[in-house]
Amino acid sequence: MFRSLLIANRGEIARRIGSVARSMGLRTIAVYSDADAEAPFVKEADQAVRLGPPPPKDSYLNVEALLRAAKETGAEAVHPGYGFVSENAEFARACTDAGVVFVGPPPESMARMKDKAQARALAAGAGVPVVPGSDGVVADLRGATEAAERVGYPLLVKAAGGGGGIGMAVAGSPAELEKAFRACADRARSAFGRDAVYLERYFPAPRHIEVQILGDTQGNLLHVLERECSIQRRHQKVVEEAGSPLFLEGKNADLLARMSKAALSAARAFGYANAGTVEFLVADGELFFIEMNARLQVEHPVTELTTRVDLIGWQLRIASGERLTLQQQDIRRQGHALEFRIYAEDPVRFLPSPGPLKVFRPPEGEGIRVDAGYAEGGVVTPYYDPLLAKLIVSGKDRAEAIRRSEGALERFAIEGLKNNVPLHLRIIRDRAFQEGALDTHFLEHHAKA
Amino acid sequence: MDVPAHITGTVWKVEVSVGQKVAAGDVLVILESMKMEMPVEAPDAGTVKEIRCQPTQPVNEGDVLVVLTP
Repeated sequence: MFRSLLIANRGEIARRIGSVARSMGLRTIAVYSDADAEAPFVKEADQAVRLGPPPPKDSYLNVEALLRAAKETGAEAVHPGYGFVSENAEFARACTDAGVVFVGPPPESMARMKDKAQARALAAGAGVPVVPGSDGVVADLRGATEAAERVGYPLLVKAAGGGGGIGMAVAGSPAELEKAFRACADRARSAFGRDAVYLERYFPAPRHIEVQILGDTQGNLLHVLERECSIQRRHQKVVEEAGSPLFLEGKNADLLARMSKAALSAARAFGYANAGTVEFLVADGELFFIEMNARLQVEHPVTELTTRVDLIGWQLRIASGERLTLQQQDIRRQGHALEFRIYAEDPVRFLPSPGPLKVFRPPEGEGIRVDAGYAEGGVVTPYYDPLLAKLIVSGKDRAEAIRRSEGALERFAIEGLKNNVPLHLRIIRDRAFQEGALDTHFLEHHAKA
Repeated sequence: MDVPAHITGTVWKVEVSVGQKVAAGDVLVILESMKMEMPVEAPDAGTVKEIRCQPTQPVNEGDVLVVLTP
């Protein structure tokens, strides 16, 4: 095992990785932008290095500054967290070239997943069901029109170079295709530097369910069960849970078995090692591969709490060359866990709301874990994503987890900026949520203010 | 008519120039905050009289970005 770890991230995930690494006896090195100089993740680290001014391109995306910090501090390994450089194969390669261990999958595996259209083709080739769509990117509007006739309407125009739903546009009919195509290509160009787009069938009410994967560099691969992440706004997750209500009490066991198998096949096709996640849409009893994420997910704690598998700990051990000692049959779910992403945003229109955290008092209690990136008195700036904290609540079953969540959310005291705690309360009090009737458009129809 | 920022963030793009005629709902400025781009639209038709922001500039909710004359 390496003895020091540079954490190339910020906020709650930098803090969480630091805490796991220190518990394993590693020296942790934080890197930070000027906006985060006083943040908890910086103070808690054994050493901290300034990267630059607040904008991500000058700080957390600045590969040169990150490599320099690793070199200056003698870091033996780098954990990228999620977002920022976590899916940047060139950064992973640059680390390896500099003699620093990159905690993540092999760079060539990352490269295979990065282009979503290519990833889709690779998964399909491995026998994994994919959402019907164009074969790879569509070059222009004419290509899109031709492909759209085969895919069928309604369809989604998606950016090949990115993630997070950025640029995604729906076309309900041929008349709407041109507008959707141009909107997506424009956004893709400004956000990712390339305007390549591809088409996918659009499902009106699918569930988003994903499978956690863990693999070592010796070729051992297993899955750590599923998570449901159907509650989303603007294609980004808001509430996640493990397991999925679709599979509770042994329901739809055949579908779950097919999903786990498909996830392992996809991970093998990508040559995967370390922790990763294979995402699926589920509609009408069928599953469709969306993409594989070559990193730790934001929502990994719901898996940790219900399986007792320490995902970050395993990431570090796998990166240092250790072999997986877990066996597939050891992975069993106990209880249920929900994760609520506490965002600094308006709880009705979901508009960003940076500002000072005059009061910030997370709840405590049995079954309650809070991974927070901020402390009371801190300032939430507009430069990064709106995630203040993750409230993760577990119980012996889903009903108990929901009951505990209600109390925990009521006790979560935040003042000084708008936040979505009221939205979470509306969600868990919604009958459809309580019954587990979820789909990715849930918030368009339920939990209204 | 003052058109203010509806969120705190930075100016990503200014989509209009002084003297330009705009219709209600036209995008005047695009703000960026917390990894989101939020368009600021003209509340009514008018002509751009003044632009009080430029790309990369930080703005607070309520700051006037553009002034329109009817």
